[in-house]
This record gives sequence, C-alpha cells and structure tokens, in this order.
Amino acid sequence: MRFILRRTGFFLFTMWAAVTVNFVIPRLMPGNPALAMIARYKGHINGQALKALELLFGVKAHVNIVSEYFTYLDNIIHGRFGTSYTFFPESVSHEVLQAIPWTLGLVGVTTILAFILGTLIGLVSAWRRGGLLDSMLPPIFVITSAFPYFWIALLCVWLFGIKLNWLPEFGGYAYQSTPGWQWSFISDVLVHSILPATTILVTSIGGWILTMRNNVISVLGEDYVRMARAKGLKPWTVMWGYAGRNAILPNLTGFAMSLGFVVSGAILVEFVFNYPGVGWMLLDAVSNEDYPLMQALFLLITLAVLTAVLLADIATALLDARTRDLA
Amino acid sequence: MAVQTIFRHQAVEPSASRRRRPPGANLWRAVRHNRKATAGALLLLFFLVLAIFPGQIAPYSYASTNFAPALPPSAAHWFGTTALGQDIFSQLVYGTRESLIIAFAVGGLSTFISVIVGVSAAYLRGFADGVLSLFTDVLLVIPTFPLIILIAAYVRSAGLLTIIIVLGLLGWSYGARQLRSQVLSLRDRDFLESARVRGERSLYIIVVEVLPTMTSLIVASFLGAALYAVLTAAGLQFIGLGDPNAQSWGTMLYWAENNEALGAGMPLWAIMPGVCVALLGASFALLNYAFDEISNPALRPVRKMMKADLDGLDTAARLRNVPRASRLGREA
Repeated sequence: MRFILRRTGFFLFTMWAAVTVNFVIPRLMPGNPALAMIARYKGHINGQALKALELLFGVKAHVNIVSEYFTYLDNIIHGRFGTSYTFFPESVSHEVLQAIPWTLGLVGVTTILAFILGTLIGLVSAWRRGGLLDSMLPPIFVITSAFPYFWIALLCVWLFGIKLNWLPEFGGYAYQSTPGWQWSFISDVLVHSILPATTILVTSIGGWILTMRNNVISVLGEDYVRMARAKGLKPWTVMWGYAGRNAILPNLTGFAMSLGFVVSGAILVEFVFNYPGVGWMLLDAVSNEDYPLMQALFLLITLAVLTAVLLADIATALLDARTRDLA
Repeated sequence: MAVQTIFRHQAVEPSASRRRRPPGANLWRAVRHNRKATAGALLLLFFLVLAIFPGQIAPYSYASTNFAPALPPSAAHWFGTTALGQDIFSQLVYGTRESLIIAFAVGGLSTFISVIVGVSAAYLRGFADGVLSLFTDVLLVIPTFPLIILIAAYVRSAGLLTIIIVLGLLGWSYGARQLRSQVLSLRDRDFLESARVRGERSLYIIVVEVLPTMTSLIVASFLGAALYAVLTAAGLQFIGLGDPNAQSWGTMLYWAENNEALGAGMPLWAIMPGVCVALLGASFALLNYAFDEISNPALRPVRKMMKADLDGLDTAARLRNVPRASRLGREA
C-alpha cells in the first residue's frame, strides 16, 4: 500500500511538472510567436477566446505571473484548453476526444502485444541459451532497435502499399465508408491498421526481448533457481514460476520507461500513415501553428504515459512479494 | 603517521597496477575481442571518413541541381536523382557530417550531465540524492519527443545548435539512473573506504577512484545517448521541424516526403537516407550492446567464455543449462 501511495504521489508530481513546463515554455521563448498570432486573430475570434489565448501565452505583461499561473492551473484542472484555430469554433477538448480512440486502439494494443510477445521470446531464448533462437534473435534485434520508426513505416508504405498494393497505406478508414458499429466499417478499420501496427510491433519488440533475455540470464544464476532445480522441480515450473516470474519484474519497470519511446515512435508512424490519431493531430497542429491544440495534446500524451507507468507500478507491486510485504 | 603510511601503501598498490595501462587500452582490447563491437566500430569508422572528407568522396556538390530530375540509378548517379535534379549519393555523403556532429555533441553533453547528476546523487546521499533522483525520474517518464516537438514548434525551424542543446538537456536521465545505482553499489567498497580514511577530498575520490571503474558504463551511456540523438534528430527534421536548408539525412527525408518520392518512382530518395540513419544507429547500438557484455560477463556468448578462461567454467556450465545431475556432482 505504501509503495502504491508513493508511486501515486510521484504520478501527481510528474503531472504537475509537465503542466508547469507547458506554462513556462511559451514564456521562455524569445520573440513569442503567439504574439504575432494573437494580433492576426484579433477581430476574428470572440473576446473570451482571445482572453484565454492571452492567458495561455502570458501576453499581458501587467498581470502578475503568479496569479496568471494559478488561473492557468485552474483552467487545466477543469479541462479548459481554449479554442482550437484549426477546428474553430470547436473547443480543443472536443477535437482531442475524437482522436483518442484511434491512438489508444493502435498504440495500446500493439504495445501490449509487443510486451507479451517480446517477454515470451526473451524468456525462451534465455532458457535455451546458445540454441537456435538465442543465437539468431539478439543480434537481429540489436540492429532493428536502431531503425527509425518512420523509416520502417516508409518502407511498409512503399513495399506493401505502393509496390504490391496489398494493403491501404493511407488514413484510418476508407473515405467512402461511413463510421459506425457495423462490420463493414470495423473490418475497414482493421485492414487500415495492419501496416501501422506492424511497424510499431517490429520496432518495439526488440527491446522487450533483449531486456527479458538479460534479466532471465541473471536470474538463472541466483541461488533460488539452483535450489528449485536441486529439489527436482520440472524444468517447466522452474522456467515460469522461478526464473520467468522474477525476471519479468525489471521488465515491467522497463515497460514504464520505454513507453516514452513507443509513444514518440507512434507519433511519427501516425504521421507517415496519415492515421487520424493524437500524434497525427499534434503534428497537424504544429504545421497550423495551433498552439492551444498542441499544448493540450502534449498534456494528454503525458497523462496517458504516466497513467500507464502507474499501472505498471501497481502490477509490479502485486507481482513482487517484497513490495507486497511492505503493503 | 605510521598508520597513514600503511593505509596509503595498501590503497595505492591496487590502483597503481590498475593504472599501469591507460584506460583506453583496455577498452580497445575489449572492442577487438568482441565481434559485435568490431562490426559497430567499423561502421562508425566508415561514417567518420564520409563526414570528414565529403568533398573528396561525393562526385558532385550538395546543392548542385544540374541534373535531369528523377533519374533512375546509374553509373553516374548511384542512387538516381531527386525531383529537384540533385544527385542523391552526393547528398547522402554530405549529410553524414551533421548526423555525426549531433550524435557526438548530444552524446557528450548528456553523458556529462548524467555523470554529474548520477555520481553526485549517489555520493551525496540524503536530501540532495532525493531531489536529484526525483528530477531524474520525472525526466525519465515524461515523454520527451512530444515535448521536443512542442519546443521546436515555438522555436520554429530549429537549427543545429538548438537541436543539440534541447536533445542534450532532455536525454541524460537514463544514463544518470544507471550511473547512480552503479556508484551506490561501489560506495562501501574497501578501496573507497581506504581513500576516505587517508583523507582524500570527495572530488579526488570521485574523479580518480570512482570514475575509472565505471568507464564501460559511461561509454555505454554515451552510445545510448548518441543513438537516441541520431534517431530523434532525424525524426524531427523528417516532420519538418528542422532547418529546411540543412545538409542532413533528416532534411533529405523531409524533402522526399514533401515531393512524394515513394509514389513518384524515386523510392531511393526516401529509403537511402533512412538506411544511413539506421546503419549509423546500428553501429551505436552494436557498440552499446557489446559494452553491456563487457561490463556484465554473464551476458557474453557462451562458447567464447569457455575458451577464454577455465576459471569461468563453472559459471559457463551453470548458464548453459547442463543436466542437473552433473552440475550437482561437481558442486558437491
């Protein structure tokens, strides 16, 4: 319990840090680009939206920065991110909510899949040390882990989309299909997600395999594994109940840490495939200089990553006997 | 006085023998004896040569647009030409320098920060350790790429220096965490205790006693940071947040994507810069993995360890999953 409380405290602190960074960055920039933008929008958007903008970017010099900060915090807590320029007059929150399911579906499912698959392969390859799997996989995945996500995405677009024309390489669904819960649309979405999902899977699985393999190797040298073998337990039991179970804990922590990499890769993958998720929307906001949308998306992505980290922590606490004793 | 002399004598002897060879020599030997490290080092050397002598290697200048657009590969243009009539091979050669500068500068900057933060956190203990570790952990879990995008969007067309500073300031947390735990495990060893007893200052102990024992970890965190820098910078330039006139692989990818190179029959324009980024990244990753093996002998390939030393036989056998009976027999 204490462990989980401490991690929740860390979660809140980190979220606060991200929100504050979001507040500070525009105020640090020389020649605030927002100034030019606000001047451009004067008269085009209503006074209330303009006020929110000025607050967001700290344009009003005479306002006390501390009170400005607290008003900003209040706005963030209540989900008031202002008005998007790109999707005017829709509010930022409204637009962002539409992009979330796409990213959550694509990145969430592939990340969990990559974690499970990678952990299994890592466990088996460390268990059969020097075997076929073990001598093939690590070198291959050391190299693929260095490949840029967007380049794999480009290769997929070129090979399967353009050359072979097997799979659609553009968007989240075909233009002619109408969104809804009927099978034709769902299958369309699934077909469109194959290439982006493969890209994320291929580039992220290597990390899990290597860390799990290294963890298992060091766990196999522990006395309790030796003891389990000496007791004459079945190899299968030793592999899962002793080696695997203990090696997976550091891998869960690694899951939390490398999530940032997956998310950043997914942003580029969505960009290449024009996938209508959060990452694509972020880059769209950047090219439209839609600062309120950008900031909201950054906070949203941070919130999602931190939540996943917290969940991984809780899972660690449940699996690890040592932290359970503290609880 | 006598006590001091004894301590001094005892403490100096092992460190003197440790320092008989310069630390670089050990590293070099380790690289030569590890196949992954050799491959990584050769790749890196190849790119270094390209980066230092682009004018001697590239057949044409970077900016020259004198050729017919969208030529297929030929003897004159190994990888064809772009939609703007530039030679793709020459652009690749000239683009090497910026990627390497980013890799080494960001690697150096973030390794420097991670050594300072990691070592002082572990060495100072208490409150300072708490603050520094909290700071490290926050940076570790905040997704940095969206943050970098946000910063680049405010800066608009981030130049080389901006990219280096931003990536360097955001990329040190992983290394700092590893170094901190390494120092924590070293902190109560005898050779540090004796240095403390003979009255050395903390700075001296850290620089002369602690840091040399962590050479391979520091090199590994440098390589990891360099890999991260190459990939992130290329991604940033690819989505158009870099300087559009820069001579770099990421910028080439940006122009290729803007001209729809893949669909317009110039796939090499988009693929080759990515190959270069991937190969440079792979060279850092291979070296990094090799240093992992060097600093953690348990991870080394099994067969080599058998040959290397007979003392390691027991470990090797244990790791190689030999039948239970024979192992128990030896241990008994």
